[in-house]
Amino acid sequence: MAAMVVGALRRGGGGGFRRGPRGLAQSLRRLVSTLVVAEHEGGFVKPSSLSALAAAEAIAKDNKVSLLLGGSGPALHKAAEHAASSHPLVSEVLVAESDALAHPLAEPWAELLRSVQQKGGYSHIVASSTSFGKNLLPRAAALLDVSPVTDVTAITEPRVFVRPIYAGNALCTVRYTGEDPCIMSIRSTSFSPATEAMSETKVAPITQVDLSSLNEDSFRKSTWVNLTSQDTERPDLGNAQVVVTGGRGLKSAENFKLLEQLAEKLGAAVGATRAAVDAGFVPNDLQVGQTGKIVAPALYMAFGVSGAIQHLAGMRDSKVIVAVNKDADAPIFQVADYGLVADLFEVLDELIKKIPDKK
Amino acid sequence: MKILVAVKRVVDYAVKVRVKPDRTGVETANVKMSMNPFCEIAVEEALRLREAGAAAEVVAATIGPAQSADTLRTALAMGADRAVHVLHDSPDPARPLLPLSVAKILRAVALQEKPGLVILGKQAIDDDCNQTGQMLAGLLQWPQGTFASKVVLDKEKQKATVDREVDGGIETICLDLPAVITTDLRLNQPRYATLPNIMKAKSKVIKKVTPEELNVDIRSDMEVIQVTEPPKRKAGVILSSVDELLDKLKNEAHVL
Repeated sequence: MAAMVVGALRRGGGGGFRRGPRGLAQSLRRLVSTLVVAEHEGGFVKPSSLSALAAAEAIAKDNKVSLLLGGSGPALHKAAEHAASSHPLVSEVLVAESDALAHPLAEPWAELLRSVQQKGGYSHIVASSTSFGKNLLPRAAALLDVSPVTDVTAITEPRVFVRPIYAGNALCTVRYTGEDPCIMSIRSTSFSPATEAMSETKVAPITQVDLSSLNEDSFRKSTWVNLTSQDTERPDLGNAQVVVTGGRGLKSAENFKLLEQLAEKLGAAVGATRAAVDAGFVPNDLQVGQTGKIVAPALYMAFGVSGAIQHLAGMRDSKVIVAVNKDADAPIFQVADYGLVADLFEVLDELIKKIPDKK
Repeated sequence: MKILVAVKRVVDYAVKVRVKPDRTGVETANVKMSMNPFCEIAVEEALRLREAGAAAEVVAATIGPAQSADTLRTALAMGADRAVHVLHDSPDPARPLLPLSVAKILRAVALQEKPGLVILGKQAIDDDCNQTGQMLAGLLQWPQGTFASKVVLDKEKQKATVDREVDGGIETICLDLPAVITTDLRLNQPRYATLPNIMKAKSKVIKKVTPEELNVDIRSDMEVIQVTEPPKRKAGVILSSVDELLDKLKNEAHVL
């Protein structure tokens, strides 16, 4: 029976198997297979997707992972090669090549996921909680008529997850009791990618996804126009080991240049509070908080940040928190490991002078 | 064109929530409740579109117990024309109403109301799920513009150009109507309901319906095992100089 079941999974008899003899399936140990929906950039699988692979391993150590990449062009193929040896659990790389998938539009991508799931019959689908993952996964889940779990920070059993609620002021442990697939988005700051190289050079096969059965009706309803982003040499906020953040106390966009100087010395990423973004000091993609980016660097330095609940939600898991604010009663001091009640401009000046240039 | 706005009654954003000692949930008794901030932004956007002549009617909808009517009254007081209250109680805190069920209910309401646009908040600040809008769009097979920071409607071409706040900056997409949009923080600044409008709202219609009447079967596929507090951080110290800070970071914390 087990061989039949595994065979069905491989042949893509997923649809039939899913509805099959559930009583019998329940008496077997539930087989775990996971579709990791990955993102790629510049010919590499993104670090956030490598975190999704770490989450797949947390679901089950013997998880059978299919990594899905989509888009078009040579960068896609290069990324597929990177993916093929990115993690010991990756047993195949699925490449969906189409111009419709070149941009992160939810409509074609959700339809792709629906189709890949129906052919592959995975027990789990995982993506990182990036704007792509957040936009796509729930739509795909609805097409598959299942309830996803979003923003997972810990996996304690294949179907038991921990996720933050109330801006991280409480943690909710839930058990998914629905049908396969169990769909989740994971917080990349909670799942560090495996850094050790694979002991054996296992390279997974790369397969082209058959896109002929996709329902293209919804594709024509949305068009990607453009992406306006800042050109910066600063490391990515989501992965940086050091983050320096400015709040309303920075007072102007010009003053953020001081933070940039400090960031340069520390090899840090620059973050901002909602107040600073709303005031126009910096663009939105620097916002750290409940509805902005979630970061958990080794060192987080907050300048002129009051410490509102919603901001703390985005950085409370940082290993070391430093706060500089001239208001001794600012809530940020309640989470800071080290605090300085001082004028942030004087502190910034002194730090920039005293910290040596990064070699 | 009609705009349907879905709103949710949640614990007020300024409340410091406490986890119940029995770990079944968060303390909500005697705690201030309000319209979810992102839902306020959704109502505001719908009203602005109507005021600009892009829509003729704004209908607010909510799913929840009797008290959720308060949130609809707020939407009506802000300026929505009428409201729909889908009555639903989740007596078991371990089996809450899930976004998929909310989306199925909203789909049924949308199929009845036939709006050109459905606007929702991107996430509710209680469960922070960020799922309902996307699921609704999928169920309706409508295009979606999530995390919107700007919406421009072209009535002639029946299209919406949406600027979205994404990880890398601002992404612009163009959607054919009807579409689903979810609001992000900077889309607009919601208006306060003025006292005259609050009074006027009392005579606006709130239609009450049940999920059964809408032919929606509510399934519970999630069981809450426990709700706990996040790990507490060790108390920190206030230092007296930058030199002391640099010393601590280098020699105590080992991060420099």
